[in-house]
Amino acid sequence: MAEFSLPKNSKIRSGGKVHKAPSDATNVKTFKVYRYDPDSGENPRYDKFEIDLDNCGPMVLDALIKMKNEQDASLTFRRSCREGICGSCSMNMNGKNGLACTTAIEDCKGEVRITPLPHMDVIKDLVPDFTHFYAQYASIQPWLKTVTPAPSGKERLQSPEDRAKLDGLYECILCACCSTSCPSYWWNSDKFLGPAILLQAYRWLADSRDEFTGERLDELEDPFRLYRCHTIMNCSNVCPKGLSPARAIAEIKKMEVERQI
Amino acid sequence: MLVSILHRATGTALAIGGGVLFTWWLAAAASGPDYYESFRYYAVEAAEGDTLGFAVNVLAKIVAIGLTWSFFQHLFSGLRHFVLDTGAGYELKSNRIGAILTIVGSVAVTALIWAYICFARG
Repeated sequence: MAEFSLPKNSKIRSGGKVHKAPSDATNVKTFKVYRYDPDSGENPRYDKFEIDLDNCGPMVLDALIKMKNEQDASLTFRRSCREGICGSCSMNMNGKNGLACTTAIEDCKGEVRITPLPHMDVIKDLVPDFTHFYAQYASIQPWLKTVTPAPSGKERLQSPEDRAKLDGLYECILCACCSTSCPSYWWNSDKFLGPAILLQAYRWLADSRDEFTGERLDELEDPFRLYRCHTIMNCSNVCPKGLSPARAIAEIKKMEVERQI
Repeated sequence: MLVSILHRATGTALAIGGGVLFTWWLAAAASGPDYYESFRYYAVEAAEGDTLGFAVNVLAKIVAIGLTWSFFQHLFSGLRHFVLDTGAGYELKSNRIGAILTIVGSVAVTALIWAYICFARG
């Protein structure tokens, strides 16, 4: 159900630390970063980090790495590829979900507030718990399912036209920016699969080689799993890869209807 | 997201506010001319010098304008959902234009209707 205020132990307390920039820095930008340490038993807080932009890379991830290297080694966040293909550094920057590695500091107005992905359980600082998200991904059985025997000596072939149907779907990196920006997912994530998983579900529905389309549609045809999507469009607006989960969900809904007639 | 929120808010306003007022109107009409006259008195025109009655009249106008706008906002965003359900209009730009149009359209139609009621009809 919808919750409009934070639980008691998630309320942000005052008294965060301030990490000053070197005194000779001229081009300083302040980052307000969400800090939560499960071991301390204390409520989360915002720490301020002043960064000398003349001595820092262009992306928000560069700033985070600089903070961790030079100001506070306990700052915790996920990152890996630093080029928008691994999906590790998804977080909320100035109120919008995105990948820290592909979000330019220049595009963030004023003081940059960095928080974990909204409405996820926080493990530490900027690291959310993806257990449930991955379980939902597993539930759609994201692999090629067939009954016919594989052709001997070669792959299951697909025409270029059929392959083109997977464009805009296969690029998803499961960063969860879309799902965690969706109000329906915030409020019903226990039952609603959310935009990321539904886009993945459509990726297998749209695959000409998959032979379990009917069973997959049966699994999805549910008031919560699929139909909690009310085309709010936040998912497509935030996707750092420029994909459209909203459109994929609409296509699933169309398939559900079309098979009835 | 704004249009989605408006769709829900206007839907609730229509169901509850519109429902209650519509029932009141029907009940008043069914209960005879005297009852209907008291409905008219508070909803449309109170006697001159009756400050409370006048205040209720103004309030009724505001509610009526609000319900008119709610109706058209809900109608237009409903039509937008209808288009989206066919799988069209998901490009970010055209989607945003469609969302803005529902608001522009509902405000414009409400303004036209109330301009007609207040001025053209006399």
